[in-house]
Amino acid sequence: MITIQGKGVSTGVAAGPLYFYQRAKSTITRYQITDLEAEWARFKAAQAKAIEQLGVLAEKAREEAGDEAALLFETHQMMCEDLDYEEAIENGIKEELRNAEAVVTDVAAQFAEMFASMDDTYMQARAADVKDVSSRIIGILSGVVQGGIDSDVPVVLAADDLAPSETVQLDKSKILGFVTAGGSGSSHTAILARTMGIPAIVGVGDQLKPEYEGRSVIIDGGTGNVVVDPDDPTRERLMAKRAELIKRQELLNQLKGLPNESKDGQKVRIYCNIGNPEDVHSVLENDGAGIGLFRSEFLYLNCDDYPSEDYQFEAYKKVLADMGGKEVVIRTLDIGADKMIGYFNLPHEENPALGNRALRICLNRPEIFKTQLRALYRASAYGKLSIMFPMVTSVWEVKEAKKMCELVMKELKAEGIPYSDEVDVGIMIETPAAAVISDRLAKIVDFFSIGTNDLTQYTLACDRQNNDLGRFFNAHHPAVLRLIKMVAANAHKEGIWCGICGELGADLELTETFLSIGVDELSVSPRAVLPLRQKVRETTVSLVRDKIVADLMSDEIPI
Amino acid sequence: MKSFDYIITDPVGIHARPAGILVKEVKNYTDSVVTLTKGDKTVNLLKLMALMQLGVKQGDTVTVSVEGGDEEAVCAAIEDFFKANL
Repeated sequence: MITIQGKGVSTGVAAGPLYFYQRAKSTITRYQITDLEAEWARFKAAQAKAIEQLGVLAEKAREEAGDEAALLFETHQMMCEDLDYEEAIENGIKEELRNAEAVVTDVAAQFAEMFASMDDTYMQARAADVKDVSSRIIGILSGVVQGGIDSDVPVVLAADDLAPSETVQLDKSKILGFVTAGGSGSSHTAILARTMGIPAIVGVGDQLKPEYEGRSVIIDGGTGNVVVDPDDPTRERLMAKRAELIKRQELLNQLKGLPNESKDGQKVRIYCNIGNPEDVHSVLENDGAGIGLFRSEFLYLNCDDYPSEDYQFEAYKKVLADMGGKEVVIRTLDIGADKMIGYFNLPHEENPALGNRALRICLNRPEIFKTQLRALYRASAYGKLSIMFPMVTSVWEVKEAKKMCELVMKELKAEGIPYSDEVDVGIMIETPAAAVISDRLAKIVDFFSIGTNDLTQYTLACDRQNNDLGRFFNAHHPAVLRLIKMVAANAHKEGIWCGICGELGADLELTETFLSIGVDELSVSPRAVLPLRQKVRETTVSLVRDKIVADLMSDEIPI
Repeated sequence: MKSFDYIITDPVGIHARPAGILVKEVKNYTDSVVTLTKGDKTVNLLKLMALMQLGVKQGDTVTVSVEGGDEEAVCAAIEDFFKANL
């Protein structure tokens, strides 16, 4: 197995035999001519033919990739009949009495050199256009048929660099992807590959050896990897990635923009869980309607000391602004247990999951909490913010945390710093205690979001970190599901919404259950949004609700 | 002769594709000679590659001149074209 690193310029994974593009021979014969008018006419005929061919290519590109792609070939047509270019060729033929092939070759080199010497990388790349147009004319003059791949099976096409006309003339059904030795992200090959949805990797240089011809390769346009003769685990991994990409693309095409609505009209909001501001683009790419859980820990983990208010403010503000007014639920600091940060100087605990963590730390060390809340409220002026407290067990904790929110707002007001007074404040339901008193908690918060990972751990007395517990750690346990049902019902009694932001939210086996008990929001990893939407859209809640609820609440032991 | 000055606003300047559509536009006015001047260099706007080689960038000031034909109308039409595309 050989792995070559290039620059991925068009995403996707493709596997197949490697095939080197066969370009028409570029050696031409040079000779003196006598009948200069006949030679000039021969050039004019070839030029007309080239313009005609480019017109066909422009139409083909228009159909495949739109007007923008067509314009490229129309520009090539104009280059073909450019007055200076034509004049230089006319001189070569009529004054120097040289044959058309030789003259066009030399004039092309001269014009290409002019572009190549410009101090602008874009214009330098246009040297390739002049050469491309000229080799078409030369090809016609010397009777060479352009393009094509001589292979019965689809291939991964390798080349030093592909001219735009070459990529368009190729038989697409034969091409799985491109690898080029040269080229850049802005070369026409890359642009066309992207528009046409074919993976492409450029700039692999001389790592791509001619002896690889015909060998099995897998290319990953996302990472820029070209793997020659992949071993089985690599093949398996990349093919799984390929299948996932294709599936996701198909889902995306089918489901993007459609509502998350069951067949009988029950709606559920599908939001995303993220841990970094950069994740926002994948939320939008996967059509997430908002962010249901933004873990704020990254800010603390990225720093060597407590992050300042301004630093936090900028990060929150960016996410809110990037989401363009869609709801963003930011969870306040949730460290302790499995997530430790050195500068917090937390003492070692025998049972960290049952120890000083999350909201408990915040309430014990109000200066840390207040800094975060000030940053959050300041950011609230830039989008639709909701704040969520983790690890609640009692009503007093929530009251104390909310008091801090009020204090912060009062301070900001006094300081004349803008904030939104429509920030919703909610809590995670992840302890059995919170679930059991959710009827009371519902009276003092704006929403619930159920953290199923911790709720399962605490309900079943199973440590999440302990891999030996296997069958005892069962997130589908009726105790967990009954608690979720109870929490949702208590939320609705007080007119607030109830969501799920743990792993279970994306578990398609439970989607019917969640819809049946009226969960309002599911917050999942971005790539789970569309599969979940699909599942919701396939469900008829009224057909399954009664049985699901009856089974869940029944005292009969299921077989 | 009629002419106008124009500051290029297109972030990529007059690169291949804008140059292409500009030449295409100018071809419509067969009775006029249309030139573009940047600094001390002047090119005929029918000459695509010469225009591209001027390397006109965003923020550059260019002068477009029209000679022959219905100078006023052609000049106005080309100025509109610049405003709309460049």
